[in-house]
Amino acid sequence: MTKKENFLKGIFKENPLFVALLGMCPSLAVTTSVENALGMTIAVVFVMVLSNFLISLIMSNEKLAALVKPVRIPVYIVVIATLVTIVEMLMHAYLISLYKSLGIFIPLIVVNCIILGRAEAFAAENKPTDSIIDGLGMALGFGVAILIVSIFREFLGTGLLTIWGDLQFDLNFIFDFLRISPLGMFTQPAGAFISLGFILAIIAAVSAKRQEKQINQVKGVKANV
Amino acid sequence: MSDLIAIAFSAFILQNIILTQFLGICPFIGVSTKRSSALGMGFAVIFVMLISSSITWLLYHYVLVEFDITYLRTIVFILVIAALVQMVETFLKKASPSLYKALGIYLPLITTNCAIIGVALLNISNEYNFVQMVVYTMFIGLGFLFVIYIFSMMREKLDHAPVPKAFKGAPIALIVAAILAIIFTRFGGLIEWIS
Repeated sequence: MTKKENFLKGIFKENPLFVALLGMCPSLAVTTSVENALGMTIAVVFVMVLSNFLISLIMSNEKLAALVKPVRIPVYIVVIATLVTIVEMLMHAYLISLYKSLGIFIPLIVVNCIILGRAEAFAAENKPTDSIIDGLGMALGFGVAILIVSIFREFLGTGLLTIWGDLQFDLNFIFDFLRISPLGMFTQPAGAFISLGFILAIIAAVSAKRQEKQINQVKGVKANV
Repeated sequence: MSDLIAIAFSAFILQNIILTQFLGICPFIGVSTKRSSALGMGFAVIFVMLISSSITWLLYHYVLVEFDITYLRTIVFILVIAALVQMVETFLKKASPSLYKALGIYLPLITTNCAIIGVALLNISNEYNFVQMVVYTMFIGLGFLFVIYIFSMMREKLDHAPVPKAFKGAPIALIVAAILAIIFTRFGGLIEWIS
């Protein structure tokens, strides 16, 4: 596997949210606005890249790995929890409004199964550089997924896309009816479930069609032979 | 007393842990395909949640606050919960094999269940005292059991429903959950109507 493939698999082929259905709790809770989704992405990228790096450093050292192996899950949890605490403190200091709107979901990055899953499945068995690339790809894959959900929800729910107050993308010239009567349900909890449900269904439909095409191609080749 | 009833009602319905706070979605989608497993998971969550919330509440107020190290709460809580689940599992195996048989397979899944640590953190951020904390945790747990049980009944019916191919599995489950969420948010009107 090349470095590029390693990076891209997290975004498309093994996307943690859309394909593996991991990390559902934060992806439903923080997608009320694009702003929150971006903040969550930054936090997850930071934690995931560093945790993958540190864990693969620990596990690639033979002496340390032998010592850590029987208690590896608690060790991973401590590494991840430390990084999450650092992110929490940094956000509290520099991004106070984001800290308040994400609330409890910053400390809950600890139990985000994507991070622990990659630590166990990839970082423990691969070199530090590869692990950083894998962590970056997976975290960005998660970020892209929650951004898609949040764009869907914020746009339908308010008719506007706002990013940190300064940049306001007003897309209403196309969908004027949304400004007049925004679908408020989409900013509420029910909207999160519906949005994710429909996005997953669209992805399932597209991938089923692609598979069908591939099977037909294989059949066609066989028929020609 | 009236504040306890308010806490209980809002924990059970208005702030329902699954449908409005989005905690514990993984078991909600994953374990809700059969009624029996939904019940087992629900009771396991109530059981572990009550013990872990009490212990983390005491630890926070009598150790972390005392030594002024409250910033360590995430690390401390997750370690306490992970250790506790292990202990509960071993204890149940020895002390009550029948209970272990019913809840055993759900216990390891609970360590990564964000509902448990989420409620432990919410108890702190809501600044509850001990009694309020116990009531809140109890009713959050009951709310979890209630919703996951209703949902599992709906999913058993969904298995036989003619669902479009692309919606099979998780997508239709999420849309059913959305309908449940609409119903639960509308219960808010009940409080306004009463008061």
